[in-house]
Amino acid sequence: MIVIARLTIRELVRRRVVWVLAALSIVSVALVGWGLERLVTLARADGVLELEIRIGVSQVLILVAFMFSFVLAMTAAFIGAPAIGGDLESGVALAILARPVRRASVLVGRWLGCVCVVVAYTVMSGLLAIAVAIGVSGFGPPEPLLAVAFLAGQAVVLLTLTLALGSVLPSIAAGAIAVVGFGLGWMAGVMAGVAAAFGVELLGRVAEASRWLLPSDGLWRGVIYGLEPPLVVLLAAGRAARVADANPFYASAPPPLVFVIWSVVWIGLVLGLAAWWFERRDL
Amino acid sequence: MIELDHVVKTYGRTTALDGLSLTVGRGELVGLLGPNGAGKTTAIKLLIGLTRPTRGSGRVLGAPLGDRAARARIGYLPELFRYQPWLRAREVLRLHTELAGLAPARRPGAVDDALAWVGLAERADDPVSGFSKGMQQRLGLGVALLGDPELILLDEPTSALDPIGRTDVRAIVRSARDRGATVILNSHLLSEVEQVCDRVVILHQGRAVASGPLEEIVAAGGVRLRVTDLDPAGRQALAAFGAVGIDGEWVAIRPLDRARIPDVVEAIVAAGGRVHAVEPGRGSLEARFLELVTGPPPPAAPTDPPAALDALDAS
Repeated sequence: MIVIARLTIRELVRRRVVWVLAALSIVSVALVGWGLERLVTLARADGVLELEIRIGVSQVLILVAFMFSFVLAMTAAFIGAPAIGGDLESGVALAILARPVRRASVLVGRWLGCVCVVVAYTVMSGLLAIAVAIGVSGFGPPEPLLAVAFLAGQAVVLLTLTLALGSVLPSIAAGAIAVVGFGLGWMAGVMAGVAAAFGVELLGRVAEASRWLLPSDGLWRGVIYGLEPPLVVLLAAGRAARVADANPFYASAPPPLVFVIWSVVWIGLVLGLAAWWFERRDL
Repeated sequence: MIELDHVVKTYGRTTALDGLSLTVGRGELVGLLGPNGAGKTTAIKLLIGLTRPTRGSGRVLGAPLGDRAARARIGYLPELFRYQPWLRAREVLRLHTELAGLAPARRPGAVDDALAWVGLAERADDPVSGFSKGMQQRLGLGVALLGDPELILLDEPTSALDPIGRTDVRAIVRSARDRGATVILNSHLLSEVEQVCDRVVILHQGRAVASGPLEEIVAAGGVRLRVTDLDPAGRQALAAFGAVGIDGEWVAIRPLDRARIPDVVEAIVAAGGRVHAVEPGRGSLEARFLELVTGPPPPAAPTDPPAALDALDAS
């Protein structure tokens, strides 16, 4: 397993995936930093209150994180789908799986290597963006580490789904399903909020169930919570908490611990199912 | 070393193997021959555990089919050979020494040996992405030979090689056998099998339709004669030469040493028969192969070639 994980990391480095991701992070963080700096400077020149600037910065950071979560979903699809599926299609996997190794170990090794790269990318880019935001505005989110951890968790969920599907389906189909699943999961989260705001019970239940079925959106709520200043939460709670919850870029609370535990279990279950299927598959 | 007992493998409605039985002893160099779709690659994949039989059973190196530990003693070159293009040749081999579970102290030597055997020592540190198809196949052969496995399964090992490369592979395969390995060479190139293998198994529609030493298979071409006026006793007497098949006026005797054809004619005439035509078997693997695979599929009789040939005659 460790041999395969090392091999996967080496592959992502040699195929320049890591360098491209690092370069893109630096470019995107630089652009975010420049934009924030302009925004804050102009706002201060116009006499905008510091509190309003702080809220503005937090909202920009949440939007940047949302964009980043989409980028991560795509990255997970591009990296995860061919990790097993591509090797099977090209024939690279045949020589490896003819060795005295468990197919499950190969699958988990590929997953582990991809997770290392995606999590490193998330942590590096996320913390860099937050550091730049603090540097140019003077304001930082209340729980930067929590936000980055949830962002990484969301990426790992999508990576797991893509890699698992890639062991069963052609890699292109696996990637497509994972990206669509990410989008649908997010929409389900929005619908859950809307259903709660308007009291539509059935819609709320369906949306909530789909959030547990694919926990990416639930984890996204953790990202928002980590970036949201407590003041915004207080203001929203003071007005109409249920209506505020319908906003997909607002979270009044982090995901409950049981949901976080479920997300970890979900990752294990999906990997386990994929490994079970992969062990029995004819190659 | 290898035993397959009436193994059936189906993929949906397609039957890839239809009751294949096969026995290979230690140190043999066996050629699996057959037209496209005969089940050669499926048979190899079953032996290495990449696919599972639908029915039937088998043992490889004393372990059941698909046994993981046994795979440590098997080298395999897939038909669809492809190695990580972003690695160097030496790195691919090193990776496989780790996956094969070779002791760390043995790994550098095993890699160097494999590179030398397949003639890639000078390109060892070049990226695989720059390799021609033939060089990748050599690399694949090196991967299969790593660590001197007891059993080597080669699925079309020369498909991408030029004539020089093919000659090299023949030498490599023979030398692996000389080191004590059992080699199964799967090929549709008859000349390749003819030049290298001790024994040939011909597959057709998922069954072994002939199996035995090369000379036996070729000799099994026998003779066909058009005979009239031969009474049943005379026909029965011909059984002394080999298995007899009757089709109207045609009498086929297989296997039969070509030198004995005059004796057969003499025996028929002595029994009162009249010989109108004599057609000796063409005596080449190609002729025998075509004879076996172009007709309707005969019933499987992998360990008893004469019986299979009898059945052929009857069909």
